[in-house]
Amino acid sequence: MIDPRAPALELKNLRKTYADGTEALRGIDLEVEQGDFFALLGPNGAGKSTAIGIVASLVNKSAGSVRIFGHDLYGDRDAARTLLGVVPQEVNFNQFETVSDILLNQAGYYGLPRRLARTRAEHYLRKLELWDKRETNSRSLSGGMKRRLMIARALVHEPPLLILDEPTAGVDIEIRRSMWVFLQEMNAAGRTIILTTHYLEEAESLCRNIAIIDRGVIAERDDMAALLTRLHTEHFVLNLAAPLERLPADDTFAMQLTDSTTVEVEVRREQTLNEVFAVLDEAGIAVSSLRNKSNRLEQLFMNLVDKGRGAGSDVGRG
Amino acid sequence: MRIWPQTLLPPAITTSLYFLIFGTLIGKRIGTMGGYAYMDFIVPGLILLAVITNAYTNVSTSFYSTKFQRHIEELLVSPLPDWLIVAGYVTGGATRGVAVAIVVTGVAMVFANPVFLHPLLMVVVVVMTAMLFALAGFLNALFARSFDDISIMPTFVLTPLTYLGGVFYSADLLPDPWQTISYANPILYMVNALRFAVLGVSDIPVSSALTLIMVFLIAFAWLSVHLMRRGFGIKT
Repeated sequence: MIDPRAPALELKNLRKTYADGTEALRGIDLEVEQGDFFALLGPNGAGKSTAIGIVASLVNKSAGSVRIFGHDLYGDRDAARTLLGVVPQEVNFNQFETVSDILLNQAGYYGLPRRLARTRAEHYLRKLELWDKRETNSRSLSGGMKRRLMIARALVHEPPLLILDEPTAGVDIEIRRSMWVFLQEMNAAGRTIILTTHYLEEAESLCRNIAIIDRGVIAERDDMAALLTRLHTEHFVLNLAAPLERLPADDTFAMQLTDSTTVEVEVRREQTLNEVFAVLDEAGIAVSSLRNKSNRLEQLFMNLVDKGRGAGSDVGRG
Repeated sequence: MRIWPQTLLPPAITTSLYFLIFGTLIGKRIGTMGGYAYMDFIVPGLILLAVITNAYTNVSTSFYSTKFQRHIEELLVSPLPDWLIVAGYVTGGATRGVAVAIVVTGVAMVFANPVFLHPLLMVVVVVMTAMLFALAGFLNALFARSFDDISIMPTFVLTPLTYLGGVFYSADLLPDPWQTISYANPILYMVNALRFAVLGVSDIPVSSALTLIMVFLIAFAWLSVHLMRRGFGIKT
């Protein structure tokens, strides 16, 4: 059923123009390899939800093709859809049904026998820590539980491709971390995962490859490590051990005293933090802690988006 | 069946009231109609009134609710064919219509003495009408953009057509041009087909009525599947 050479997802010249004339997608070409953990990023309104909507058969395409493991989504509809699981951004299950019924019904839509459906439902509800809630009416679940329920629902027919649209939006950090571990396990077991997220830290720590959609086109497509090396500068925030009135005169680094105990410093790719500390040490300034001003991917993302809007950028110059 | 107090009980109570008021209290003064006591004459119409209302409302509200809560997306993502989704909702609505028909028939047997001359034809008419109005409810829900749109059709189209469809009277009683106009009402054909099945009397040849129901049934089924395939009202 699955051609091992075919990409898990292949979009060719995918276009979408809404009835009001808005061009949400302007010819997207994208391939996601089997077994990948892939991030699809973009600012709000960039077109990523439309692209996912088309792949999930929730939005009609205007032109182009979608293939899932080599199966055309329109010509070989049943096979393509069976290989796909989707976790949407918004809650979209029947809120008057119990947790267990939602999974069993979903399994039925994919033709799973009832006994197998029960086994799978129990497996994924236990995995996602919802087993105790199986007889609970789904509308009474917390936000984090609802998101986990949607993941369990998407997995009940065990699709080899899982697309998650903002799966951790609005969930607390503990649950988010446990969901990361779960998704990493799923990926390690061979499942291809495509993720959209606004938490760029999430994309950076989970995903191996990345595409950035901006204004209906793919603005960037690379593997995560290669993309991050293209970041020309990084900004760090240093917390000083003692208050300071003025920074030492130095033209090696762009430094700024934001308050008496906080310094922001820009470090170019060819420079090291040791050099920063050497300058500060020479001036007798002690640093108690430091952190990145922004996540590296976030910085890169902003650079790309700014570049797309005609602002200056330092991506690709290094 | 899980919520039978909301689905099966109300038509039993409503029909009992119809029999009590139109049959027992007013019907005695009317005497006979079509050769039968008025109480017996209104039995087929009341059965069909309940079937139409319940089959229609069941599908229009449940499918619109599915759209509104967005769990229609569960079906759209899945490999289920469009015709099967339509068939699922229509079967649900038609089953409720038939279940209500059985309840109303039971109530009718308490108040009246219908003869049920052609039981098989009765089943055919009830099932086809239930399917037809379940499909109509499905189409209403596809086009609906708010819950108000779900109530507009039953209130302003379905109820008037049903009440003017010969439930409580014979079309022969109407003066022209109203008699001629009433023949443009498809519900008149369905009520008369069932009246023939139950009592053996009808204002319209049964074959014409069955043909009309079948034509509407095929047209509504084709339109429902076609619109589902296009994603009308459910996809952007």
